Amino acid sequence: MYVAVKGGEKAIRNSHALISEERRGDLEVPELTVEQIREQMSLSVDRVMTEGSIYDRNLAALAIKQAQGDLVEAIFLLRAFRATLPRLAHSLPLDTAKMQVQRRISASYKDLPGGQILGPTYDYTHRLLDFNLALDGMEREQAVVADQGVDPHLPRVADVLNHEGLIEPEQQGAAQEPFDLTRQPMSFPASRDQRLQALARGDEGFLLALGYSTQRGYGGNHPFAGEIRLGEVEVWIQPEGLDFAVSIGDIKVSECQMINQFKGNAEHPPQFTRGYGLAFGHSERKTMAMALVDRALRAPELGESVRFPAQQPEFVLYHSDNVEASGFVQHLKLPHYVDFQAELQLVRQLRQEHQAKQRDKQQAASQGADSAQAPSTASQSQEPNHV
Amino acid sequence: MNSQVNPPASYSRAQAMAILARASLIELEQAWISLGPISKLKIILPAEAGLAMVRGRAGGTGQVFNLGEMTMTRAVVELEGKQGHAYVAGRQLRLAELAASFDALMQARPQMNLMQSLLPKLEARQQQAKELASRKAQSTKVDFFTLVRGENAK
Repeated sequence: MYVAVKGGEKAIRNSHALISEERRGDLEVPELTVEQIREQMSLSVDRVMTEGSIYDRNLAALAIKQAQGDLVEAIFLLRAFRATLPRLAHSLPLDTAKMQVQRRISASYKDLPGGQILGPTYDYTHRLLDFNLALDGMEREQAVVADQGVDPHLPRVADVLNHEGLIEPEQQGAAQEPFDLTRQPMSFPASRDQRLQALARGDEGFLLALGYSTQRGYGGNHPFAGEIRLGEVEVWIQPEGLDFAVSIGDIKVSECQMINQFKGNAEHPPQFTRGYGLAFGHSERKTMAMALVDRALRAPELGESVRFPAQQPEFVLYHSDNVEASGFVQHLKLPHYVDFQAELQLVRQLRQEHQAKQRDKQQAASQGADSAQAPSTASQSQEPNHV
Repeated sequence: MNSQVNPPASYSRAQAMAILARASLIELEQAWISLGPISKLKIILPAEAGLAMVRGRAGGTGQVFNLGEMTMTRAVVELEGKQGHAYVAGRQLRLAELAASFDALMQARPQMNLMQSLLPKLEARQQQAKELASRKAQSTKVDFFTLVRGENAK
């Protein structure tokens, strides 16, 4: 008989009150505002938007505040909020060539047209703690304003290589609607559109580790950071009620084009191949990891053998979502009392059987020893091997 | 306005909508108040916040894929038989309502010259912000130089 057990409502309510107080911290310290998080913790906001898969700086900042800075929890909150909003439109594909560039670097060409624009980056900092930031009322350094803006026409590095036929051209793919993980379950074989969507919303830590594994020899393709861009792109939609497309605003995105080796085969001469990363906000590490894993997952279509985790679509895509991963790992905290009772019974039973067996064997052995005392030594030498 | 000096600006409806979508709430609210009461404005579709799926292309030029969603707001109003639409990024109900109202007004009453009076001001502010960001980025452009090596120094 199964008896349903209820209880814990009061404990849960009080736990909510306690976490609220913990979140607020010391009352002597002023409370954080959502605007402060949005403006001053903007890289956290960018990660939450990317993996929460909703571009909205205010919502992401609120989620970070509510989650007490736990970004994976904040991502979960954003995904849950998504369920309350209707889908009104889809955008035309972003044109990252027309990006209002804030940062653009290439590790493969020093003198590319438009130049290397470092933009805002921690790359060249010394990683020494700056105790000035702990002081109030300090004047913070201001950006230098150049006489002119960035060259409005910055050619893509991949396009430069493309002119010479040195890099594989991107395939447009079928004209059908791209795969949408928010409406379709994960399925295999996964086409590149499905993979890129899963990688874009995938956990940065997981993809970083997988990307790193390819560099260390678990499916490597000798990558170069062909081009990394950060900046604002226009978002266009085609509304149902109008016969022209409308630009609804600008969003900040990061983009990484990874250039990789390719030996070539009977049909194709040797040429470079591509891995692509794209993410909301300033999420450069994420886009680099994504580009490495995107390229690794393309192994079969490029005739490479699939031998390592980063090259296995099912392994990568089924484990990249941190809302799913966190949910399944953390569900272990939920009451499993009945399951556990069953296991407990089973283990007890198995132990009893084990002990009974041991007893039988000991008895058999002692009987055998008794009977073997007198006769020849031949049987003694065989006996121990079978015990 | 010194419209004698500058030729009157001309915008397509799509351009006007893009500028209105990027305006701040304060800008549109003030501009709306300055017009005085506009009667007969009918709400067709009350401002509604929702999502737009943002799409990208593999490698920037290849296969289309779904990157992730963004919040957006839409509103439709009607004035003297002309519909005004607004589709703006973010959850901005009032902004969408005002943008739709201006869109309707520009079509229903072109004689009000909103294209010439309102849009250039909004656009100028948006362009200035863009240009300032671009100039700050440009200040971080690397100037490579070659060090004179020993065997060349003479």
